[in-house]
Amino acid sequence: MTMHEITVLGRGGQGAVTSAYVLAKAAFHDGKESQAFPFFGVERRGAPVFSFCRISDEQIKLRQQVYHADYLLVLDAALLDNVDVISRVKEGGTVIVNSTHAPDKLKSAKGINIHHVDATNIALKIIGKPFVNVIMLGAFASISGLVSLNGLKKAIDEMFASKPEVAKLNKKATETIYKSMKN
Amino acid sequence: MAREVMEGSQAVARIVANCDVKVIAAYPITPQTHIVQELAKMHADGLIDCEFVNVEAEFSAISAILGATAAGARSFTATSSQGLALMHEVVFAAAGMRLPLVMVIANRALSAPINIWNDHQDSIAERDSGWIQIYCESVQEVVDSVVQAYKIAENKNVLLPVMVCMDGFYLTHVYEPVEIPPKSKVHKFLGKFNYPYKLDPKKPLTMGPLGFPADYARLRKQLAEAVWNSKKVIKEVHDIYAKQFGRVYGDGLLEVYGDGSIALVAMGSVCGTIKDMIDKDELKDVCLVRIRTFRPFPKDEIVEVLKDRDAVVVLDRNISLGNAGAVYLEVRDALYDEKDKPKVVDFVVGLGGVDVNKATLNYVVEKARTVKSGHVEIVDGSEVSSSY
Repeated sequence: MTMHEITVLGRGGQGAVTSAYVLAKAAFHDGKESQAFPFFGVERRGAPVFSFCRISDEQIKLRQQVYHADYLLVLDAALLDNVDVISRVKEGGTVIVNSTHAPDKLKSAKGINIHHVDATNIALKIIGKPFVNVIMLGAFASISGLVSLNGLKKAIDEMFASKPEVAKLNKKATETIYKSMKN
Repeated sequence: MAREVMEGSQAVARIVANCDVKVIAAYPITPQTHIVQELAKMHADGLIDCEFVNVEAEFSAISAILGATAAGARSFTATSSQGLALMHEVVFAAAGMRLPLVMVIANRALSAPINIWNDHQDSIAERDSGWIQIYCESVQEVVDSVVQAYKIAENKNVLLPVMVCMDGFYLTHVYEPVEIPPKSKVHKFLGKFNYPYKLDPKKPLTMGPLGFPADYARLRKQLAEAVWNSKKVIKEVHDIYAKQFGRVYGDGLLEVYGDGSIALVAMGSVCGTIKDMIDKDELKDVCLVRIRTFRPFPKDEIVEVLKDRDAVVVLDRNISLGNAGAVYLEVRDALYDEKDKPKVVDFVVGLGGVDVNKATLNYVVEKARTVKSGHVEIVDGSEVSSSY
């Protein structure tokens, strides 16, 4: 049985929890089992926030928090100053950072792969606002191959059913990131 | 029927909407809030045809649904922690009056200090009230248990209120695939609520009057017998539901998973993590005995599955201060008359939201091998490293 664990790190108000929820929906649309939950804390705007997602071929029974993720998404590179990201990733795992440049403060260890993508810039261009939580999943899908772009689009439609314009722009930006990482 | 990924709290709201509920009264409190929020939204959107009573506190919420049930309306409320504590007086009254209320508890620790996270202290503190208590492992089980709860509560041989207990955050805030049984099928399963002693101006009756000693004792005896006898109905309802909806939770009272000689006895969402470890052979020689109904306590059934084990390790997400965990005390009592009884030990875990992870479960099982019967230990998390 293969199960993958994903951690999303963001700031309170940035939508890290929504990000994990959209990912769980997307994986389920692709025919996989999934589970997403927030770190059980009290959310404060600006403070570091974790959320988690599990994706598996079989029913997920495990309900402990994710301690060492296969993939860790960082929505704000400035968080790397305060959070020991590497300690939260498995050996040989992957970190994807929203950043304009390779995050030099993040030293790889344990064979961890580090990627970066300028999601804020793409969000500003396409959505008009720096909303990166959902579109970072485009980078995740591209690098991991664990969810499809179609699955993500369906999940975005579902999550923003009452805001079709928001859904449309998020889908477009997600696809842009997905394709840019493929190249 | 199709499954869909949704939040545990939303799933509760969706199934309540399919249960032909006529009155909802609830007051928001973390981690139950999303249930009330979703129900209020569905009501505002015209998706539930019922009275939604906005109340100023939990005491009024349960009082309102007590009154509504007495008038013959199927009703619903949900709460957590301090909210349930505030309801305490009416919780006992509802059972004594034999009113079949259904309430979802998003399990959370009790103050002080103030803590919004999960343990079972809130509902365990109501164990003597005469309510049936069902503890759930997954969101799907919560959904199925809400439907079963109405069917059990309204059975004429039961007529008791039911609490459906779901771990705060672990189940209220998780998104996972769940199937919401459709309205038509649920209506058919439940039938119309026909409370035999409802308030009716044409047939006046008195409810909740003064009970002089002899009457009081007789009625309490009847209540006690009703709670004991509800076991049979809980099992029957579980079996009929399993046939119609295809999901089985042990025998409705108790579930055994694996066949190791060391039995881990637990309730709630942590049972999922234990099952995962048993599947992967990460807990040597361990089986899980999951208590689904803490009230009525499945005493005979639990003796049957525990008496021949080498050791019984109880996980309590609560503590009866001055003694030990509530589940442990009852499991140990149940085994008293057995000749070659196994060692029984207690680990109080996960208080106030401490994650009961694989490291904790490993610690508990390894420690249990070395200690004597009667060992009671409060695991606050410092015993195990979080680097699992």
